[in-house]
Amino acid sequence: MIDPPSTLAIAESFLQPMGPVAAEQLRHLKLVTLLTMIAVVPVLVATPLILWRYRRSKPTGKYRPNWESNRVLESLMWGVPILVVTLMGVSLWNMTFRLDPYKELGKDPLQIHVIGLDWKWIFIYPDEGVALVDELVVPEGRAVELTLTTDTVMQSLRISAIVGQIYAMPAMTTKLNFLAARQGEATGMNTQFTGNGFWKQKFQVFSVSQEEYEARMKKVQASDLALTADTYALLAVQGTAEEAKKSLNIEDRRGPIEMVLGDSKIFQRVLARYMVEDMTPESQPGSPSYDPAKSPLPAAPEKPMMDMKM
Amino acid sequence: MFEALFGRLTWDSIILVQEFEDPNLNTFITAGAAAMLPVGGALVVALLFWMKWWKPLFEWLTSVDHKKIGTMYIIFAVIMLFRGVVEGILMRVNQAVGLNGGFLSSDHFNQLFTTHGTNMIFFVAMPFLIGLINIVVPLQIGARDVAFPKLNQISLGLTAVGGFLIMISLLVGEFSTGGWTGYPSFTGRLINPGVGPDYYILSIGIAGLGSTLTGVNFAVTIYKMRAAGMSFMRMPLFTWTALCTSILLIFAMPPLTACCLMLGLDRYLGFHFFTNDMGGNLMNYINLFWMFGHPEVYILILPAFGVMSEIAATFSGKRLYGYVGLVAATMCIAVLSFMVWLHHFFTMGQSTTVNAAFGIATLLIAIPTGVKIYDWLATLWGGRVRFTTPMLYLCGFFVLFAIGGLSGVILANPTLDYQLHNSLFLVAHFHNVIIPGTLFGVLAGIYYWFPKIYGFRLLDGYSRITAFLWAFGFILAFLPLYQVGMMGMTRRTVAYENPALVPWMVVSGIGALFLGLAFTFVLLTLWRSVVNRKKLMVPFGDPWDGRTLEWWTPAPTPEWNFAVLPKVDGRDAFTEAKAKGTAYQPIEKYEDIEMPANTYYGLIIAALGSGLGFGLVWYMWWLAIICFLGCIVTVITYAFLPERKKIIPAAEVREIDETWRRAARESRGVTRDDECNEANQGLARPDIITNP
Repeated sequence: MIDPPSTLAIAESFLQPMGPVAAEQLRHLKLVTLLTMIAVVPVLVATPLILWRYRRSKPTGKYRPNWESNRVLESLMWGVPILVVTLMGVSLWNMTFRLDPYKELGKDPLQIHVIGLDWKWIFIYPDEGVALVDELVVPEGRAVELTLTTDTVMQSLRISAIVGQIYAMPAMTTKLNFLAARQGEATGMNTQFTGNGFWKQKFQVFSVSQEEYEARMKKVQASDLALTADTYALLAVQGTAEEAKKSLNIEDRRGPIEMVLGDSKIFQRVLARYMVEDMTPESQPGSPSYDPAKSPLPAAPEKPMMDMKM
Repeated sequence: MFEALFGRLTWDSIILVQEFEDPNLNTFITAGAAAMLPVGGALVVALLFWMKWWKPLFEWLTSVDHKKIGTMYIIFAVIMLFRGVVEGILMRVNQAVGLNGGFLSSDHFNQLFTTHGTNMIFFVAMPFLIGLINIVVPLQIGARDVAFPKLNQISLGLTAVGGFLIMISLLVGEFSTGGWTGYPSFTGRLINPGVGPDYYILSIGIAGLGSTLTGVNFAVTIYKMRAAGMSFMRMPLFTWTALCTSILLIFAMPPLTACCLMLGLDRYLGFHFFTNDMGGNLMNYINLFWMFGHPEVYILILPAFGVMSEIAATFSGKRLYGYVGLVAATMCIAVLSFMVWLHHFFTMGQSTTVNAAFGIATLLIAIPTGVKIYDWLATLWGGRVRFTTPMLYLCGFFVLFAIGGLSGVILANPTLDYQLHNSLFLVAHFHNVIIPGTLFGVLAGIYYWFPKIYGFRLLDGYSRITAFLWAFGFILAFLPLYQVGMMGMTRRTVAYENPALVPWMVVSGIGALFLGLAFTFVLLTLWRSVVNRKKLMVPFGDPWDGRTLEWWTPAPTPEWNFAVLPKVDGRDAFTEAKAKGTAYQPIEKYEDIEMPANTYYGLIIAALGSGLGFGLVWYMWWLAIICFLGCIVTVITYAFLPERKKIIPAAEVREIDETWRRAARESRGVTRDDECNEANQGLARPDIITNP
């Protein structure tokens, strides 16, 4: 089902799946379409036939002005849709559980924390002690678990070629589990409208070999830039990652912003800010009067905050 | 002083001033749109003076006649449709050239999709359908008016307030950029302190109140005012769908009012219902909004289903197939529509069981909907199908709506929704049900009932071209969006970076231009028909060989609808009367008819409501307070005023009714062969049909 990595093109959507989740979604799409056709095709075929047969100008069928019910026909009309919906219901139920975004796709998935900002994503690798902005690097074949939140309005993260989307909301966390089955490059994006820069809020996803992954992490670990409450406040200013480079004084660097994790609790602190603070226009990222200097993050809570999973 | 008087309204808030200060293509487009309001307003006023139409205008605005109120709803909807279509074309054309940025600025585009959606749902689709229900339901159930005529006028007034606010936002300030769903915290006070979200909340909040009242009014009308002998299972299908729609309005609009009010409290008084901080939670807004939003979808589609039922039977010259099944299916849909709202946010992170349950509930709706389509097809089976304009809409509906149903079933799967949510696939889906469903139903209904109310048919040729243009434009504009949605393109993007999308977007842009042409043809049809109305007259009132009570009156229908209230002993009462030859027999006894007199109630409420909305948006507290108190005083005052009635003497009624009946008995009428000719005077002669 999964296309071989024949082309160098970036996989934009689940029509070119790079992992088992997207591949199963594509397969399910085809199945649902086929099943629905059982109910739809009769309409498409019967419409022109009936119109032709009973056209007033030259009819070939008998006129039965008072015909209004037929038991066999009636049971077919209700029976066929009920049958189709039953079949689809079973497959819907199974697939919903099989592709639950909260379900881990392997033992000990790679943990990545994601913070959505206007209009960029911060990917924090707590185990590696690094953070990337608008780039997600994962080792091929390894299960990955994203834990998401935002520090502005609601966003929705989707890497269509690998996995569907999940909302990221302030003061709450959601989870997205996936696995990239082959090496390659895919586009990830925010699909939930967030304002003027929304259409630019895309990021690249690289699925690479374990060695490449380790090499890449080593390189980032050597970065002279650290993700702390201060640099975070600058990143939270509305704008794309490229625009954020200016305020971080790294305009000349190409590629994504690479940082070491200066504060390992930063994700928990972002979550905590809405619990303890009465936000002001100056402290709320995304507000037009947001001021990085007046937007302190609170200390991390003693116990990590719970998932919102009901 | 200035601030006390004008609140946060400044000179720069006026869009035309912005064009002067910063001229570019975007401000030019907005200024052009803004200029249409004063220029159009001035033209209308000039026309009113020139033609001396002031008196008839007030005659209409103060009328409580359900036919006039329905007409005003539809005129309002057509004006708003003009804006909506222009906005749609702008967006589609912008995206056709939108690789790495089109000609619209992001901020302008964001306002466009927000107003387009808000406008099309609340101020086009709903007024269209409520207008049709107003015009048709009392006639179909054999009543002289609705149960609460003055309340009906207030509903129209409140809808107009919403329309006023969304229109004035073109000229003064800006509209929301948060989409027609207006999710916080994007529309919250911290992120979006401007006037846009306030315009949004107040326009749909106030108009929503009017819709709730409409629901109450028509539910009571249908429960209490049916003709003698018309049991529930003898009601025409359109009335059944109107009843279900009214019930949906009663139960679905309050959550919208509540969530607008709560968002308003957040914004105006610093509450924390939906804020990020202090325990607020945007998920509550999303739940409340869709508790309204999903039934709303069926408020939009059920009356259109009703129109399709009437058309299928009338234009195949046959009884409706599966009446009981259709009624049951309509009720099923109405009940199920309250149980599926969560499918608008499968991706919020709730448990899998919840998603699976709501997914299956959504699939269930496909069953009654499928049954309905099969029933209409079976209605044509064994009939004698006439390819009139409404029939063309019905055929287009069969084929295109089936595709919309398919994409709906796809989106009902949480698994697939994870991929397709927020994408253009979704945009294609809901346009696919609203254009071939609601819009086709409304246009077919207008063509069908137009001669009943205004006395002349719409020109046939123009109407057919219009129907084809809508279908063609829809196919070009929206089917490509399914593909680009699957290719990953999201909704609400002013621009995109994937060059593979370009050809699809170009086709879609061309389709949008065709839809613009289709709208032009709607106006053209109307204009040419009015000009040629003498040749199109159908004074006998039954141009299509109709089956239900509404065709049993002269056309245009007199103010009192029925000279003598009809008695019913079957489903297709009029058809049976025609078959027995008793339809136009003389009536012996006429009585005085008591009709409600004209009143300024609705007009006063509309004016005060507009002031209230505008004052609140701009923080002109004095205006808001005066208008709010004014509303309360008006309501109390009218509650104590004695009911004024207009008496129409029996002699006058007898005169008109007897003339009509006598002429009908003495004329031969036409067979269905001459249905679309000038020979059609609205009297149907029994068809001689030979079986092959």
